[in-house]
Amino acid sequence: MRFVDEYRDAERARALAAKIASLCEPGRRYKFMEVCGGHTHTIYKHGLEDYLPESISLVHGPGCPVCVIPMGRVDDAIALAEQPDVIMTSFGDMMRVPGGRGSFFDSSAAGTDIRMVYSPLDALKIARQNPDKHVIFMAIGMETTAPSTAMTVLRAAAEGIENFSIFCNHVMIVPAIKAILDSPDLRLDGFIGPGHVSTVIGCRPYEFIPAEYGKPIVTAGFEPLDILQSVYMLLEQLAQGRCEVENQYGRVVPWDGNTVALRAVSEVMELRPYFEWRGLGFISHSALQVRERYAAFDAERHFTLPGVRVADPKACQCGEVLKGVLKPWECKVFGTACTPEMPIGTCMVSSEGACAAYYNFGRFSRQRVREVSIEASRA
Amino acid sequence: MTHQDTAQQQRADWAEAAVAEHDTGHDAGYPPHAAAGTEHSSREQLVLERIDRARRARPRVREKLITLAHGAGGKASQSLIEAIFLNAFRNPLLEPLEDAATLTAGDTRLAFTTDSYVVSPLFFPGGDIGDLAVNGTVNDLAVSGARPAHLSAGFILEEGFPVEDLRRIVASMAKAAAAAGVSIVTGDTKVVQRGKADGCFITTAGVGLVTDGLTLGVATARPGDAVIVSGPVGDHGITVMLARGELDIDADLVSDTAPVHELVRGLLDAVGPDVRAMRDATRGGVATILNEVAKAAGVAVAIDEDAVPVRAEVRGACELLGIDPLYVACEGRIVAIVDPGAADAAVAALQAHPLGAGATVVGHVAEDPPGLVLLKTGFGGTRIIDLLVGDPLPRIC
Repeated sequence: MRFVDEYRDAERARALAAKIASLCEPGRRYKFMEVCGGHTHTIYKHGLEDYLPESISLVHGPGCPVCVIPMGRVDDAIALAEQPDVIMTSFGDMMRVPGGRGSFFDSSAAGTDIRMVYSPLDALKIARQNPDKHVIFMAIGMETTAPSTAMTVLRAAAEGIENFSIFCNHVMIVPAIKAILDSPDLRLDGFIGPGHVSTVIGCRPYEFIPAEYGKPIVTAGFEPLDILQSVYMLLEQLAQGRCEVENQYGRVVPWDGNTVALRAVSEVMELRPYFEWRGLGFISHSALQVRERYAAFDAERHFTLPGVRVADPKACQCGEVLKGVLKPWECKVFGTACTPEMPIGTCMVSSEGACAAYYNFGRFSRQRVREVSIEASRA
Repeated sequence: MTHQDTAQQQRADWAEAAVAEHDTGHDAGYPPHAAAGTEHSSREQLVLERIDRARRARPRVREKLITLAHGAGGKASQSLIEAIFLNAFRNPLLEPLEDAATLTAGDTRLAFTTDSYVVSPLFFPGGDIGDLAVNGTVNDLAVSGARPAHLSAGFILEEGFPVEDLRRIVASMAKAAAAAGVSIVTGDTKVVQRGKADGCFITTAGVGLVTDGLTLGVATARPGDAVIVSGPVGDHGITVMLARGELDIDADLVSDTAPVHELVRGLLDAVGPDVRAMRDATRGGVATILNEVAKAAGVAVAIDEDAVPVRAEVRGACELLGIDPLYVACEGRIVAIVDPGAADAAVAALQAHPLGAGATVVGHVAEDPPGLVLLKTGFGGTRIIDLLVGDPLPRIC
């Protein structure tokens, strides 16, 4: 398949792996965080760690939008869905995210009208088709999806659609990266920067990472060769004593981002003073809310939300996993009380969540899997 | 910020209960923290063994209500079947949970199966619910090693359903039955109020004759066996998904719905005694079947991603939707587990039939690690392929 196969070429991967190995200082261990859940998914799906020397470990970061939704917000969304004549819509990833009282799937089984959409515009379409219902789009995601939510609100305003609102849960990656850098329990050598977020915000917002924290960051694409190359670029910076923001994903990410998208977001939304991230706690100025002038499209203003905070079970270590302090399998409930069938933590829900990726794709000693699969698939 | 201190706070009782249930005390020396100084890899190994124990525990249905996941063919479906149905109906014929039960009536061995069809939309490129309902049951019989003979057909129709559509559906059933050499010999009809069903649901059951004296079953797979698929995978699932028109993706694809009885016959005639098991790769796709093999036979199954035939259109759609084609349903493809010595002859026999033109070996059965399906990725890495949790493509059959 064009534009995909080029970035999954095993021969190029081998060549790049050799270059990576040659850049590693003997005896030194490297820890790089891939901020974005999409990267985590790619790493496991393609078995990318097989190409990395043991001295390099990839630490999974907080950039999985559904993973950072706290249980109380899910309960709020379900409370919205339970209002009379409401159709709740959201992305498929959201359906199994557990709240204090269960998930969208459970709520839907109990009789609410919750529908999966592929785009907020689909939710708007449902609003047009159901003028006697109020359609709410549960907006989730980082800067990547905020523009499409903003554009949808602008479209709804332009068309004068009155039975549509959004339940805004958009969060921003830069404050989360900063929270991780400020966290005392983690030593990182660099970041693989989020690709899709950067298509919107560009690379400039990351400049504080080398400047203030002395860590290199390389914005990377989502194919396995993209990630291998970004690891190589990070090692090269370290080997050459450089520390900067570099852009591996230049084919999609403009240095200054997408100004049209950013304008739409800032037209419709503004920073919240604070927002709770699952596992990370409250982070100042880390999320977006609908501006007063678009209040008509804000589900939080339309309806009264319970707004109750639900504490994670003590055994749940999503926070440590999201900060990269623990590997998924090091969590106490990983794979026993918390599984993809019955996730307690959000990291186990989304295919981009570190725990789900590890459970579904990597739940075995790499060495043994490699020996068996290579031997058995031969011939 | 004082919000976190003052905000009302609750506990998630269900989650606390789940944790308590698994916290049986034997984890006092919990590996990651207590075993300081232990090698990283052996600590990981301990965790993996603990997970393995959790996975082998008896399946339970914890939910209070049926959710869509219970019908998706993945883990939730499996729990529902084992914890609810098998638990209530348990008997030696049902227990293997094969595509069809094999029973004896006098001197005659029969295969007996049933399947329900709720596909949406009812008509899609390459087929409709009618030929699906016939082919699906014919195929369950065929892969059990039987010669399909007689079918039943039950219809649940919604008030207001166009008679003209019913005529079309029944005509394709008649055509499919004739093509498969089976007759529909009994049936039933119910009509429910508008809104209580979605147009037309069909249930078929079928019996076939088992004449070869073969004992087929996924539990008989042995290390070394070849894993063969009979052609490109995922055509049906992606075709139906695109036919719903929700995605605004167009592709030149048709469903692969077809009766595989002749294809299977050719394979059994050529290498019958060397065939361990066959399955038709419907809901849950090839990946689900391979997991059933690994679990039932206590073996590992290792697959080479590059060897799995997938049409470019299916791959493209799967890329866009974030789905792995190995999990997407087919309605005219089989997976066969065959003795390694007969693998070439088996592929040749399949390729001799038009439906098997794309037949190929995609991997092998291995001894260790038991119960897991491993994939060598096209990129050159390795990973496991687990049972699916939620269905990315509901109501495709």
